[in-house]
Amino acid sequence: MMRKLIAIMLVALVPMWSAVGGTALAQPQPQKRGASGETLIRNATILTVTRGTLQNADLLIRDGKIAAVGSNLKANDANARVIDAAGKFVMPGIVDAHSHSMSDAVNEGTLSVTSMVRIHDILNPAAVNLYRALAGGTTTLNILHGSANTIGGQNAVVKIKYGRPLEEFIFPGALPGIKFALGENVKRATQFNIPGLQQPRRYPATRMGQEEVLRDSFTRARDYKRSWDEHRAGTARGERNRIPPKRDLQLEPLVEILEGRRLVHAHCYRADEIVMLLNLADEFGFKIKTLQHVLEGYKVAPEIARHGAGASLFADNWAYKIEAYDAIPHAAAILVRAGVVVSINSDSDERARRLNIDAAKMMKYGGLTEEEAMRLITINPAIQLGVQDRVGSLEVGKDADLAIWTGHPFSTYSRVETTFIDGDIFFDRQQDLARREELRREREELEKAEANRPPGEGGQPPGAPRGRRPAHTHDDINFDEEGDNR
Amino acid sequence: MKGKKQKAKSKGEQLKSATVFFFFACVCLCGGLSSGVLAQQDSSQRGPAFLSGTPGTFVIRNARIVTVSGVDIENGSVVIKDGRIEQVGARVKTPSGAREINARGLSVYPGMIDLSTAMGLVEIPQGANATVDTSEVGEMNPNARAFYGINPHSAHIAVTRVNGVTNVLSLPQGGLISGQAAFINLLGATPAEMAVTPAAALVVNFPRVVAAGGGGGFLAFLLQQQAPNITEAITQRDRQVEGLRKMLRDAEAYGRSIDAAARDTSVPRPDQDIVLAALVPYVRGEQPVVFRADREADIRAAVRFAEEMKLRAIILGGTDAWKAAQLLKEKNVPVVLNNTLDLPPNEDAPYDVLYENAAKLSQAGIRFAIATNDDPAHVRDLPYHAGMSAAFGLPRAEALKAVTLYPAQIMNAADKLGSIEVGKLANLVVTDGDLLDARTNIRHLFINGRQVPLVSRHTELYEQFKSRK
Repeated sequence: MMRKLIAIMLVALVPMWSAVGGTALAQPQPQKRGASGETLIRNATILTVTRGTLQNADLLIRDGKIAAVGSNLKANDANARVIDAAGKFVMPGIVDAHSHSMSDAVNEGTLSVTSMVRIHDILNPAAVNLYRALAGGTTTLNILHGSANTIGGQNAVVKIKYGRPLEEFIFPGALPGIKFALGENVKRATQFNIPGLQQPRRYPATRMGQEEVLRDSFTRARDYKRSWDEHRAGTARGERNRIPPKRDLQLEPLVEILEGRRLVHAHCYRADEIVMLLNLADEFGFKIKTLQHVLEGYKVAPEIARHGAGASLFADNWAYKIEAYDAIPHAAAILVRAGVVVSINSDSDERARRLNIDAAKMMKYGGLTEEEAMRLITINPAIQLGVQDRVGSLEVGKDADLAIWTGHPFSTYSRVETTFIDGDIFFDRQQDLARREELRREREELEKAEANRPPGEGGQPPGAPRGRRPAHTHDDINFDEEGDNR
Repeated sequence: MKGKKQKAKSKGEQLKSATVFFFFACVCLCGGLSSGVLAQQDSSQRGPAFLSGTPGTFVIRNARIVTVSGVDIENGSVVIKDGRIEQVGARVKTPSGAREINARGLSVYPGMIDLSTAMGLVEIPQGANATVDTSEVGEMNPNARAFYGINPHSAHIAVTRVNGVTNVLSLPQGGLISGQAAFINLLGATPAEMAVTPAAALVVNFPRVVAAGGGGGFLAFLLQQQAPNITEAITQRDRQVEGLRKMLRDAEAYGRSIDAAARDTSVPRPDQDIVLAALVPYVRGEQPVVFRADREADIRAAVRFAEEMKLRAIILGGTDAWKAAQLLKEKNVPVVLNNTLDLPPNEDAPYDVLYENAAKLSQAGIRFAIATNDDPAHVRDLPYHAGMSAAFGLPRAEALKAVTLYPAQIMNAADKLGSIEVGKLANLVVTDGDLLDARTNIRHLFINGRQVPLVSRHTELYEQFKSRK
């Protein structure tokens, strides 16, 4: 029942769904795999990413996993779903290492250190943009807090199991992470001014303060860790009646960082702040897992490589604010050649639908090979999220998260036919097309409802057309009209 | 660094004073200036060719020539002379002194044209207001001309052209009548050198039924909390349309009285009104009026308004254009789609409703073009907007026309631009692949018949940092 409810998108908008029976689905429900749990995709060009490209090859899915990749494969079960993909391409589901999809909120902007708040608590599995991302071949998202705070909060890595309950979205086994941020957004340099809504200045207001906030936080976290370590050691020695230290939910995630159990995803722009963060992390003995956006990272590629941080970039966004004025689309190529694990992210519900084209551009800007470019949206972001053993390439034993494309995914002329997660279909174009007439009729019915009639035809005058509260599709504290990324 | 700053300042005359101030402010505020920011001013890598191209006579040989207006020539040549395309064909006569470009394995396309940009009017939209010249104060600004706001030395211009976009319409944005757009080549040291048509179109934000405030984003959301009911909103919209109508009628009357005074010296000449004078070519249908309109009701209203006022309308936006296809076809109103890659407008809209908008307009026989949308930083992505339309039903040849010949026709500039034909401006792009493919490299670029170096702020920063150890 729950599953059905969240699949009915109109329910979110109009309380009239029961009047039309509640049977028409606004978006297709995920198809369950055949009873056998087997799907055989035949005669495709298979972009494995890690094992080269196979022409005219087959891929067998069994029980949600990739069971075999090769030629002339056979399903065990005669009732297996068989897809003839002649002329089509199969690639791994795209992994987006920076997203704010399905988030009901993005910044707990009252304090600058909000390591205690969790994205997991405010996820909306019925956000329709998830479906649109699936239609672009994207299957895994790293949902992060925004960039208003030096330390923003705890992330969630999800598979886009649109139509399923939230619990099924959460990527099993993904290492927990946390959002850091530096630069203009934390300074609140571009805060919007609405009469009556003036935001007071908040510490830190400069890059100096940002360094100090991090230093202070990790100094406290180190002391906190020591007090727990001493307590546990004492208890282990058999000392009775020890009083445990007071728990601190703000510092606990930072201790996890110090112990290497939580991945740091740090929003940053300028070369100087990038180096500052890497040095500070080195000093406190922890690692930055990914530098996010990292627009000037190409200027300090050797320093990033030495620390071992990954880099998750926009393909070609630039100049939207001052700290983005030195961004260049060749950054990914420079960082790849310096030995950094690089991914291309969307930070946007819109761009999450076409990361394939953003990756393709990297062959032009800086001359990456096709395989290097493909890695930027598959295995590399998977590595950055600690899920590389599960997704990011087409290898036997990995999760069957993949998409069938009408042509090479790097061609602008290609589109997705079918998207699988754990072997189940979560997007299918033919199914989508087939349901449109049904949807149109449902909308028509809803428009006839009394509450939706124009004035003079029986209803109260409704409010003027308005958007819903805009989704937090970007991580900037400045809500610009574009509504995407940065 | 210090010496570099001095040098940069000495070249300050190349920059608008606002830009100089902005960089100065940046030094003060940030306490340091990244070397990349300097790169825009440091023109040591940029000869005069970066500014105005290299003039001359050129012959591009052994290329596949995608003429767009006619059939492709599989192995042909293009001769460029005096800024124009002098010859095109399988065989050409090489003029004496022509510089030869061997383009074996390469393709020649006409430069792409984007009719929805704020090119040159904005450098950095957020946090650098001094670089923003998009919107004038007030509702009615027919005499605000983009031509006077365009910064020819904006870094966006070279970044855009080296991706194959050679021409844009740069449009003002604010109020009801935003001003006049400029149609420009993306090459030149002054706006006059760039201009194809300095005052190319009047730009109108067609009044729409909205909650208080209008606009989009979070600000609009906040203001919408006190939304009026729909009756009030309709009244408000009608009042704005009436204001628009009155101004255009005044301009008609002004034009008639000026003409009457010119014909007959006994008729008193009216006082000059530069605002109404600016509108005269538009109310007479001599020049196009761009109506920004996205929703079906607004598109229909704009088309009917244009018919009533006898204006040459262009719809810019066109989210719901496919719903008004019959009317657009009947009234022969072209549409510039500038949201192919936007998210669908409604939660229950099909995921591809905007991807396939162009295909639907094409099938309905409506004149259309594909454009980006305002932000100069993303104009270089124009080919991928067209490519996405082609992935969703638009024939590939139509997708190419939608960013070359069709926008030229819509701007009434198809005698100069949009295809490879003798006599047209030599705005040409030589590529190693399909123009609309994201993997394709641009190998040579000509604008106004001048060879343009493939250099931009981005290639310069790349060269500067790519080998740092």
